[in-house]
Amino acid sequence: MTSSLLYALAGAILCGIGLFGLLWLSHLLRKLLAFNIMGSGVFLVMVGLPQHQGGPDPVPQALVLTGIVVAIAATALAVVLIRRYFHLSGMTGLEDEPASPERGPE
Amino acid sequence: MIRTLRILAITLACVAFTGMLATSIWTIAGNSDPGNLPQLLSENLDRSGVEHPVTAVLLNFRSYDTLLEIGVLVIAGIAGISMAKTASLEDPQLRTADSLLYALQRWFVPLMLVLAGYLLWAGADRPGGAFQAGAVLAATGVLLRLGGVPMEFLRPGLLLRLGLALGFTVFLLVAVASAIAGDAFLAYPPGMTKTLIVVIESVLTLSIAMVLLALFVSAPVNDAEDPEEGSSS
Repeated sequence: MTSSLLYALAGAILCGIGLFGLLWLSHLLRKLLAFNIMGSGVFLVMVGLPQHQGGPDPVPQALVLTGIVVAIAATALAVVLIRRYFHLSGMTGLEDEPASPERGPE
Repeated sequence: MIRTLRILAITLACVAFTGMLATSIWTIAGNSDPGNLPQLLSENLDRSGVEHPVTAVLLNFRSYDTLLEIGVLVIAGIAGISMAKTASLEDPQLRTADSLLYALQRWFVPLMLVLAGYLLWAGADRPGGAFQAGAVLAATGVLLRLGGVPMEFLRPGLLLRLGLALGFTVFLLVAVASAIAGDAFLAYPPGMTKTLIVVIESVLTLSIAMVLLALFVSAPVNDAEDPEEGSSS
């Protein structure tokens, strides 16, 4: 049990928290945040696990760097889309969800 | 009742997911790794043209990923811009009349530009590189934009298109050129590796900054009820 392994396990927990938020929250922005938390968990696993096995490994680190940039761009695009959706529909949640836009768990 | 059931089911699913993930991480951590990537990398680092292993992986050994990444960025940027209803950039309503911001701008913008240049150059032998430099450059642009500095090149037009596509185009040209010359796709010709990497990194920096800034600016502006919308996002 090294600290790197602890990072990887914390990444797994972050993935779980993000999944919960993605499924439970109805506000689109919160869904987006939860999705980003899930992504951070994946990055943490990808960096922590190889480090546990043989010291810092540049290959997954480079891949995570690539992933972070893509995640930023995807998040920005999602925010633009959500704003557009809000302007067109006046709602902050998806239509077919049982929770009404106002009633999301606070 | 249904709400309680729903949250219970979701919690169960998430706990099960986390448990399975943690178990597999534990199992993988227990096994010894099959290949020794770091050692393989350090043995081949001399041939990569740069001294820093992460940059070597990004721009040489796994440059395919980086090429696809900048492609994704360009697509995201184009999609974001197509959503935009760009208001006049010099719209006084979009300006933030804050003396602190102006003072910060005067000091920070030149500093951040220098920092971006340094990060780009430092990528060869220490942490740094196109992505960090691009992020700093985009942050500079965001600062300028918040201060209401007119940036004409961010309007949908020729300059914006050129800036968005520059990094991807140059990268793709290098890749295809090496393929046509008889080598593998994305294989740099020997002797020119360092030069090519520096060129690609520079245009990547510009394009990444442009995409991020364009996505920031292209947040759709509301029609009437909330004119401040465009500047606050």
